[in-house]
Amino acid sequence: MDLIRSHILVCAGTGCASSGCKKVSNAMLESMQKHGLDKEVKIIETGCFGFCMMGPIVMIYPEGAFYCQVTPEDAEELVTEHLLKGRIVERLLFKESGGQRPVALFNDIGFYQKQNRVALRNCGAIDAECIEEYIAHDGYQALAKAVTQMTPAEAIDELKKSGLRGRGGGGFPTGRKWEFAAATKDEVKYVVCNADEGDPGAFMDRSILEGDPHSIIEAMALAGYAIGARQGYVYVRAEYPIAVERLSIAIKAAREMGILGNNIFGSDFGFDLGIRLGAGAFVCGEETALISSIEGRRGTPRPRPPYPAVKGLWNKPTLINNVETFANIPQIILKGGEWFASMGTEKSKGTKVFALAGNINNTGLVEVPMGTTLREIVYDIGGGIPGGKAFKACQTGGPSGGCLPAEYLDTHVDYDSLLAVGSMMGSGGLIVMDENTCMVDVARFFLEFTQDESCGKCIPCREGTKRMLEILERITNGEGREGDIELLEELSETISRASLCGLGQTAPNPVLATLRFFRHEYEAHINEKRCPAGVCQALLSYSIIEDKCKGCTLCKKACPVDAISGDVRKPHVIDIEKCIKCGACVAKCPFKAISR
Amino acid sequence: MERIKLTIDGIPVEVDPGTTILEAAKRIGIHVPTLCYHPELRLEGACRICVVEVEGMKNLAASCVYPVSNGMVVKTNTDAVRKARKTVVELLIANHPMDCLVCRRHGECELQDLSRQLGVRQIRFHGEKRDIPIDESSHSVIRDPNKCILCGRCVRICEQTQAVSAIGVANRGASSIVTTPFNHGLADGPCVGCGQCINVCPVAALAEKDDTERVWDALNDKKAHVIVQVAPAVRAALGEEFGMRPGALVTGKLVTALRKLGFDRVFDTQFAADVTIMEEGHEFLARLQNNGPLPMITSCSPGWVKYCEHFFPDMLPHVSSCKSPQQMFGVLAKTYYAEKSEINPASIFSVSVMPCTAKKTEAARDEMNTSGYQDVDAVITTRELANMIREAGIDFANLQDGEFDLPMGMSTGASTIFGVTGGVMEAALRSLSELVDGKELAHVEFEQVRGFAGIREASVELAGKKVRVAIANGLGQAKKLLDQIKAGNDEYHFIEIMGCPGGCIGGGGQPLSTDPEIRMKRAAALYRQDMLKRVRKSHDNPAVKELYKNYLGEPNGEKAHHLLHTHYTQRSKY
Repeated sequence: MDLIRSHILVCAGTGCASSGCKKVSNAMLESMQKHGLDKEVKIIETGCFGFCMMGPIVMIYPEGAFYCQVTPEDAEELVTEHLLKGRIVERLLFKESGGQRPVALFNDIGFYQKQNRVALRNCGAIDAECIEEYIAHDGYQALAKAVTQMTPAEAIDELKKSGLRGRGGGGFPTGRKWEFAAATKDEVKYVVCNADEGDPGAFMDRSILEGDPHSIIEAMALAGYAIGARQGYVYVRAEYPIAVERLSIAIKAAREMGILGNNIFGSDFGFDLGIRLGAGAFVCGEETALISSIEGRRGTPRPRPPYPAVKGLWNKPTLINNVETFANIPQIILKGGEWFASMGTEKSKGTKVFALAGNINNTGLVEVPMGTTLREIVYDIGGGIPGGKAFKACQTGGPSGGCLPAEYLDTHVDYDSLLAVGSMMGSGGLIVMDENTCMVDVARFFLEFTQDESCGKCIPCREGTKRMLEILERITNGEGREGDIELLEELSETISRASLCGLGQTAPNPVLATLRFFRHEYEAHINEKRCPAGVCQALLSYSIIEDKCKGCTLCKKACPVDAISGDVRKPHVIDIEKCIKCGACVAKCPFKAISR
Repeated sequence: MERIKLTIDGIPVEVDPGTTILEAAKRIGIHVPTLCYHPELRLEGACRICVVEVEGMKNLAASCVYPVSNGMVVKTNTDAVRKARKTVVELLIANHPMDCLVCRRHGECELQDLSRQLGVRQIRFHGEKRDIPIDESSHSVIRDPNKCILCGRCVRICEQTQAVSAIGVANRGASSIVTTPFNHGLADGPCVGCGQCINVCPVAALAEKDDTERVWDALNDKKAHVIVQVAPAVRAALGEEFGMRPGALVTGKLVTALRKLGFDRVFDTQFAADVTIMEEGHEFLARLQNNGPLPMITSCSPGWVKYCEHFFPDMLPHVSSCKSPQQMFGVLAKTYYAEKSEINPASIFSVSVMPCTAKKTEAARDEMNTSGYQDVDAVITTRELANMIREAGIDFANLQDGEFDLPMGMSTGASTIFGVTGGVMEAALRSLSELVDGKELAHVEFEQVRGFAGIREASVELAGKKVRVAIANGLGQAKKLLDQIKAGNDEYHFIEIMGCPGGCIGGGGQPLSTDPEIRMKRAAALYRQDMLKRVRKSHDNPAVKELYKNYLGEPNGEKAHHLLHTHYTQRSKY
């Protein structure tokens, strides 16, 4: 066996894959071969590091140097400098926004400092396609412990002690869910992993499946043991090809090692897993719709009760948990429920993964203890808002969540605190919006999404969200009428109380949330035909403020339709007839001399 | 089993576990409006019209699917409930075509009823109207997706009751549409034309193809000799269209109304049903003697025949080669009757009044022209006839009774019960018993084949041999029976299959209702008519005897075979 002196971890998650990580690792290998290092340095393609905007990411151990946005052209320098001469390549290190000096070590980066990676612990740390690496990181120890030393009831008790709640959005206590499924008597039961992640911008489930698929297999087998099921299914969207591939490889490896199949760890317990691909319908993340889809029928929800724990897949008792929920479970069994419960708040234990997106410097995946404040996430981890702009709102909970303004930045992020201020945890999407965001437009955007993703089965959701969208479009098009706000509120009430499933029941949330904190913006659109954030095109009228214009001609050059005229060093003028309201002039003007 | 105690609107009620709130409310006389709910179909809880408030629940519960639990406190009439129901109707009509005044379901529209009942008095939402082409490809069923409110009852009855699944929901959200696979016309798929979807459609998204104009035109054509035949089930249901009680037998009024409409001759499909028994009975005996293929399955129901062509093509050799009574009548009218009354068959316009929409497709089949002309020119349903009677200003309920014309208006009790499930089998057994055993039956009723269970079976003695028969009604039940036979679980000699639940009395062209109780009342009317008939066995029908003696020769003989038998075609599903 070769003695390896250095390990190079190259992120091979979907984010880095799309920014070209494969080419980087190929170039690294080529360069290492050229310098005869390929026997003493090993390249490992890992799952997602979470810091997606900095990809492709390359980490070199034992130093722990964290290189960002590495290109194939950088490979030679990394090999000769870092690997041959032992010198850190400073220019490829991460620099904090506003910071002067590059940060060499992963743990010193603000983005990671406040994080506590439990669900994501192996993502970016191991080769997801290698079962031995998972085992080396305590993998399958929890399953071995449960199957050989614990009764199913003890395993469920441990989970109950941990206080873990469903990470898919509902926040239902996981231990109790397992208990219900265990209590239903039937010869045949199923365990289902909900990997139909659909919130725009959220990708924690994908990252876990790509970076640590064995943790899901282990947790599902644990669930099978606890509730008395011998078969499980992972329902994953077909748009996640890397996740599907790595999960398939992992299942195959686990079967070959006897971790899936009959007589697991020499016990009477047997369990196997299958993958079912979803076709990308948001509603299939709703558990009854998901079941319907696995059964080969149209993915539409059905009323509950009966709950899946009683009558689920093929009318058999079925336990459904989401990927992130499952990813926490092996460690809870291994380290004990009390260890998990020591993190987080009174009613929200453990950590939560968030997908940071929008107007924020450090976009990516972060995992923080429950109870961390929004401010810490946005500023300490997320690095604040780009371009020195002001924070306006942040949207949590995905399309069914709410928008919180700046005065709520100190809200603790946990299930109950978010609900209390009119938002929700959801599956962990966190979109930051700066001062240039129109909140009516944001509501319209989310309604466009939910009405498009409505399955069409129940009338309040199918017709109601469509009508709400039509009203919102009217408002953003400058055709808002008196009474529109009240109509939106009334529709919201009916849709949220009368819809069949969670999608419909929460679909009006973006409107209700923006109305709650930004009602004045709606009123400005309707009554004054004005978009305060300058986003809604139909309501914009561009003009140059004479006093501020220095006649620099930048706007004139930027205008794609030649709507701006004027001589050098004299105030310019916009021809409203020609103007297409694209905003190119505003972006270019150094003197803020253009109003809209 | 422990009973569940709850209160609804303050009234205590005790029901069995598993009862829904809707059922419990009905028990104590509380009306909860519904739309997607149908007592005979799988529960969906989709329309949310039936929502109620349950104490302790944040959201409103769909009462049609929500099971009761102990101590539950339900309120069916609160501000939130009324508002939600009303808003749901408002949302439905926001993009509805709103051509109510000229809509064919005007006055029989559940959406209209709900809107009135829930007090919707203004249109607050104006949605974009749909403009989807109307599917007129089928001879039986017309689909207008613009009027569809997506309650899904048609999809469920087609899949669940009829095992056809010719339609389903496609797309999602506001683009959802009930359509055929690949958006082909209904005629290009496995639709059998049974029309059960029409019977459950709350609006006018599904309707029978309207052939009344063609009939009016013929009646106005001075040169045409317009004759009409009426199927048995029509006389047990038509009265409902004119406010008469379900189960009223209106044979005489029906004849008078048809004369008043201007038909030159008013005949009875039952005459041809008696001929069918002669042909089918002899065919069965021949199969029994020549070792099959058995079981032999009846061919009166065109919905069933087309279903077999699409879904069980390997069973086609088992289907009797006899044409249905409608088509036997059609060919005999333009041959036998034309000859006998010295009328040029080219001038005959032959109309049939049927409880059935599939009969329209049957009459249009390529092979149905043995007379040298299209054997049946136009088929109208019970509902369409009712429309014509109304349009002509005829006061149906107060008409005098009339008598059918001879010879093709003469029929027996045996042919009357063709209209109800088990009736063809019973009629056949009455004749077979006497023809084979040569002895007169002491008791003509074969109670063992009657009833409404989806599948029934019985054994009878024929010439000392035990003959096993089975009866299925509704195509889902037919599928179940055929699957059992194919799996080798059951062996039968003779099977009657009717495409619609209850047989023709529950046909897709009958007055709108899928209530099993109304079906039973219609059936009772036919059994009553049977008892009132002087002649109750097909082979005793004097007009039929004369037909064979003077024109056809032997049953199943060469001429009879040429005119009265047909063949089938294997058809694909898509």
